[in-house]
Amino acid sequence: IMCASAKYNTRGPALIPRMKTKHRIYYITLFSIVLLGLIATGMFQFWPHSIESSSDWTVEKRSVHDVPVVKLPADSPIPERGDLSCRMHTCFDVYRCGFNPKNKIKVYIYSLKKYVDEYGTLVSNTISREYNELLTAISDSEFYTDDVNRACLFVPSIDVLNQNALRIKETAQALAQLSRWDRGTNHLLFNMLPGGPPDYNTALDVPRDRALLAGGGFSTWTYRQGYDVSIPVYSPLSAEVDLPERGPGPRRYFILSSQMALHPEYRLELEALQAENGESVLVLDKCTNLSDGVPAVRKRCYKNQVFDYPQVLQESTFCVVLRGARLGQAVLSDVLQAGCVPVIIADSYILPFSEVLDWKRASVVIPEEKMPEMYSILQSIPQRQIEEMQRQARWFWEAYFRSMKAIALATLQIINDRIYPYAAISYEEWNDPPAVKWSSVSNPLFLPLIPPQSQGFTAVVLTYDRVESLFRVITEVSKVPSLSKLLVVWNNQNKSPPEDSLWPKIRVPLKVVRTAENKLSNRFFPYDEIETEAVLAIDDDIIMLTSDELQFGYEVWREFPDRLVGYPGRLHLWDHEMNKWKYESEWTNEVSMVLTGAAFYHKYFNYLYTYKMPGDIKNWVDAHMNCEDIAMNFLVANVTGKSVIKVTPRKKFKCPECTAIDGLSLDQTHMVERSECINKFASVFGTMPLKVVEHRADPVLYKDDFPEKLKSFPNIGSL
Amino acid sequence: MQTRKKFIFLTFLASWLLLFFFGGDQLRRFAFFSGRKAEAPRSWPRWTDQSLLKSFAEPEELQRDGEPALLSPRERRAAWLSAYRSSRCRMETCFDLSRCERNGFKVFTYPQERGQPVSETYSKILSSIERSRYHTARPEEACLFILSIDTLDRDRLSEHYVRDLEEKIHSSPLWNGGRNHLIFNLYSGTWPSYGGELGFDPGHAILARASSDSRSFRPGFDVSIPLFPREHPQSGGERGWLQRGSVPPKKKFLLVFKGKRYLTGIGSGTRNALHHIHNGKDIISLTTCKHGKDWQKHKDTRCDKDNVDYERFDYQELLHNSTFCIVPRGRRLGSFRFLEALQAACIPVLLSDGWELPFAEAIDWGKAAVVGSERLLLQIPSAVRCIHPERVLAFQQQTQFLWDAYFSSVDKIVHTTLEIIKDRLNPHRSRSRLLWNALPGGLLVLPEFSTHLGDFPFYYLHHGYSPSKKFTAFIRAVSQAGSLSQPILRLIQAVSGSQHCAQIVVLWSCEKPPPPSGKWPQSSVPLTIIQGRRKLSDRFFPFGAIQTDAVLSLDEDTSLSTSEVDFAFSVWLSFPERIVGFPTQSHFWDAERGRWGCTSRWTNELSMVLTAAAFYHRYYHSLFTEYLPAGLRELADGLAACEDIVMNALVAAVTKLPPIKVTQRKQHKEGVARQAECGEGAAGTPPGPHPAAAGAGGAGGGRRLWQRQDCLNQLVNWFGYMPLVSSRLRLDPVLFKDQVSVLRKKYPSLEK
Repeated sequence: IMCASAKYNTRGPALIPRMKTKHRIYYITLFSIVLLGLIATGMFQFWPHSIESSSDWTVEKRSVHDVPVVKLPADSPIPERGDLSCRMHTCFDVYRCGFNPKNKIKVYIYSLKKYVDEYGTLVSNTISREYNELLTAISDSEFYTDDVNRACLFVPSIDVLNQNALRIKETAQALAQLSRWDRGTNHLLFNMLPGGPPDYNTALDVPRDRALLAGGGFSTWTYRQGYDVSIPVYSPLSAEVDLPERGPGPRRYFILSSQMALHPEYRLELEALQAENGESVLVLDKCTNLSDGVPAVRKRCYKNQVFDYPQVLQESTFCVVLRGARLGQAVLSDVLQAGCVPVIIADSYILPFSEVLDWKRASVVIPEEKMPEMYSILQSIPQRQIEEMQRQARWFWEAYFRSMKAIALATLQIINDRIYPYAAISYEEWNDPPAVKWSSVSNPLFLPLIPPQSQGFTAVVLTYDRVESLFRVITEVSKVPSLSKLLVVWNNQNKSPPEDSLWPKIRVPLKVVRTAENKLSNRFFPYDEIETEAVLAIDDDIIMLTSDELQFGYEVWREFPDRLVGYPGRLHLWDHEMNKWKYESEWTNEVSMVLTGAAFYHKYFNYLYTYKMPGDIKNWVDAHMNCEDIAMNFLVANVTGKSVIKVTPRKKFKCPECTAIDGLSLDQTHMVERSECINKFASVFGTMPLKVVEHRADPVLYKDDFPEKLKSFPNIGSL
Repeated sequence: MQTRKKFIFLTFLASWLLLFFFGGDQLRRFAFFSGRKAEAPRSWPRWTDQSLLKSFAEPEELQRDGEPALLSPRERRAAWLSAYRSSRCRMETCFDLSRCERNGFKVFTYPQERGQPVSETYSKILSSIERSRYHTARPEEACLFILSIDTLDRDRLSEHYVRDLEEKIHSSPLWNGGRNHLIFNLYSGTWPSYGGELGFDPGHAILARASSDSRSFRPGFDVSIPLFPREHPQSGGERGWLQRGSVPPKKKFLLVFKGKRYLTGIGSGTRNALHHIHNGKDIISLTTCKHGKDWQKHKDTRCDKDNVDYERFDYQELLHNSTFCIVPRGRRLGSFRFLEALQAACIPVLLSDGWELPFAEAIDWGKAAVVGSERLLLQIPSAVRCIHPERVLAFQQQTQFLWDAYFSSVDKIVHTTLEIIKDRLNPHRSRSRLLWNALPGGLLVLPEFSTHLGDFPFYYLHHGYSPSKKFTAFIRAVSQAGSLSQPILRLIQAVSGSQHCAQIVVLWSCEKPPPPSGKWPQSSVPLTIIQGRRKLSDRFFPFGAIQTDAVLSLDEDTSLSTSEVDFAFSVWLSFPERIVGFPTQSHFWDAERGRWGCTSRWTNELSMVLTAAAFYHRYYHSLFTEYLPAGLRELADGLAACEDIVMNALVAAVTKLPPIKVTQRKQHKEGVARQAECGEGAAGTPPGPHPAAAGAGGAGGGRRLWQRQDCLNQLVNWFGYMPLVSSRLRLDPVLFKDQVSVLRKKYPSLEK
């Protein structure tokens, strides 16, 4: 199977000469081998060869003006107009992409040519700065291939970003003569400014047959959902102007309109809005009397006041993005960059990357008819949400708008996700800004399911050689009604487990697993023998827990199957003097961990502990023979974001007197070690995932004035 | 000899070094990448003059964007309307939004005509609409119209096919070219092409149809619905089958299919190839030719052998025991199989090119299904093998969530359709994709309440928010005295003593006006008095005065201490989506009478927390008032002590989890009274640990008991299932009743 990424042998050649030998022939043989090697190497050095290294790729140093010229005869074929019914399954040749373990499409870029018509006049500008940036980005990306036969997607180097800059018929002819054109199948065109006067079509007018179009300014009528990609109109200002992200907080204006080319009807409506709501609405226009040398595009005016553009956008909470002649507007990019929430008023406009981006989280879309109500609509949005939208807007710009590279890669990724849907990037990865990705948790067991009681639990006892105590534990645990299987993990490699006949006879299956190495992590291995969801991890010396306590613990786990449910609780505290975490054991009013000397948890966490434990924690625990329980507490809290559940009053596993015998010093070193573990794990996780709570779970009628015999769990021990 | 040896040795060393420095690197690469092609990759050139290239558009051109003095927006709208005929309808061109603005989103169903046969399924759909909170009986205030004529089956060969539909529809005075109409359809087109024709002109009507083809589908206008069987329940619906989530997913089979093989005609391309992936071990793909009248005629060499294999496996068994299920197109694009697989937590592997997936406008199917390509059938086995176990587990859970949230009953399917349309009318007040695709699902999240995730109790963990650390005490006063009783004064005292209390709101539901502000006790927190109507459901009205996430709901005669409140609030912060409170009740199935009963006697279980003393999230006020149909709210008003049950059932239906009971210092007075109410029926019998046994006794129960149980049964009726979930635990402070010094304890007073 190709799934696992191919593993390459990383060790070097194992040619270790032995020097002690006296055989001459041997020397000569060796010598000739080496000589041959040298010759071979030399041949490789000077032969045109295949050795690739990312640094010395052959990069052509040429001028754009030197590219070959292609003359298009007047009668060369013109592709059909775009086929509106095209979908991936009808117009896209998916066989070209094939199945590959990386799930990446291969993109080929045609080499740059200069196209001239019969009379030698240029068909279009050879290439614009932006299109060159875009192609460079594709070429540098993982998607790129230079092998036209392996390519799944073809990108012509004919620049059609701006329809106004090209001759439509001749450009179409140029497309049609591309070597793999084949009715445009699997060809991708990038266009940002479609249409032209007077009707300004919303998609590129160049006949392009089946080619996919990444267009800026689609309407719902021209956009072929699931086939085309809607992209932003790039704003070159974003490369020019550096607008640092602005934190949350009040801004001077509530609504701002900065577009210069508004239809008078819209402008009137905006001005009415301004008249109604006073200073919080600012409608800017172009400046009429700027002194020479000041670029008009960087200034906006209201009456006689002059504002810097795009800086002024940062002064407003909401920024209006109205349709102009075209639906896609470069101002959207500027607005997002400024972290201003765009108010999009362009009926039927397909927002950029709408296939994957959730624009409801970053913008407000208002139907054109409702423009007069804009103010009240925006007022109804809670402040906290506005701040989030501002952050989201800025994130969209940073990730998908800021450069031609970002636009190109997002486009290719969208197409890639369609071809390999089972490896597609998720909604969260597309939409959550890094701050959210960092602070959010996605619980792997998110479905609120209460497992049926009948399933029962599997007890896993880790043991080394305390057979007598182990047998007692087995006998005790086997009395718990919901126990469905008992698994003994025999961690002693020097000694065999007792014979079958010596084991206690219990009513449920008992399995013994022998381990290869005496490691603490063996306790959390996802053994195939565990068939229930619930696992009870129990030490081989925990004999004081009553059957009622264990059964109740299982019942509690069923109500909280995604948490650790255990008996003695422990707490972590911040030590202000030492500036680090401290481990706290008994008698606290709070808990943040439970000991896994006896704890219920979901089998899934065994899998996580064994295969997904971050950093070197697993090895560290095995090496120190301590803190596997703290590591488990960290792991579970980190993936679920939830606290542990401590059940029943139990505080200690050993009898209270025992600590006195162990001696105070032992106890203290223990505490120091455990504190170290917490600090170590917190640094590996990069955060403190443990949650502190003040509650524990008791049976409903615990200590209530009520006949004991009518209680479900009368026999709950203390301390 | 010695020198020669040395010489040889030196030469050897030198050449080795040479080799190492110059060739070793390449040699190593050569050895391990020898499979690589023989030409250096050519990347896009770095032009020497690339900095001189011109921008694709001048800044001026970008900002000016053509001549502004073109068509005015209104003229252009009109132009669109004429240009795009009904086949290209969009909400802004074919839907009259103004109708919805006047009266909100109201749905009108045409009155049933006599002698007009309506299929079982269609009458379920109609009754779902009538059960919806958007239903109106007055066409003049309606925003959306629904035909009473059965349009579900438009297959001309079908027995349910209604003839002369066009005439019937168009004769209606309300038809108006289909504007603002919603037409449901499950089957369209017929043998042999199954082209999707309806047999009438739907005009400007929105089509909610199964098996939508992405080419004829009008995006943002039509709604794709799933194909569901005639037996699909009206409400409630079966639960999903996923009971155990384990990783790696231990199911017997990886991928299964069992179904018809079409030898000819549309859809045969895929169905005829499915047997190729069968490996008899973990991939089972069984087909049969035995269907239709004349299968013998088309039968090929495989048929007989396949038919034998086909009989060996049971479809239900395969569904239960497989991780992935192939859901190929049939003659039409959609199939019953899709919902069956979804319910069974068998991850659907879709092989139905061009199918507009059900509710794809809202649902992110990439999280619950593998969208394959019919053309790449043979890649499917390796593709699904490559999906990581964690993702498989997430997929499985998502199928269950989606099934339960949107598909398990006709009500859910119809209501989801309505909500999707409603969301389009006010894009700024609509659910984001995240709300649709995370628990508890779009139907239970009201965008009217808020569009901000942090305002709901469900997304705290998703987004790293936490609920605000303050609560509002909401006291309902009903005493007839007109003056302030002792208990309410004590209660205000106790509650305002909590450091987390932000405000106290008193809902004054008495006939007499509330005492003047001077009579109220002075407390450190602001106190607001709301004059309420005398309705029980009033206590769950989303009053604007309630500003905090947490609400502490209280009756005037509730007795609580400050530390009880503090502890309960600290628990609520851990479980903000649940009801956390003190006195409880539990429900049970009364097998003797064949109905649900409830009891509040001492039992080992609980499933309801009385709202006379409970914390819950403010959102539930909105959900109670706006989500529940008026009938249920009237039920809560009409029957004594029913509002508690309704609220608990509602929260349990949303969370699928039981409420949480916390330590009670002593028996609450109010609680005692209430407990008597519910326990009346069983008076005289000793309290038993098994509620079912205890509650069943005593036939001559009081009226209130009867009412309470009636309330519960009516609720179950409406939900279509019993939403309440039982819990067997209570949360106490960590050191509760431990034999340690009282001085160590944070909540010592709870133990008195």
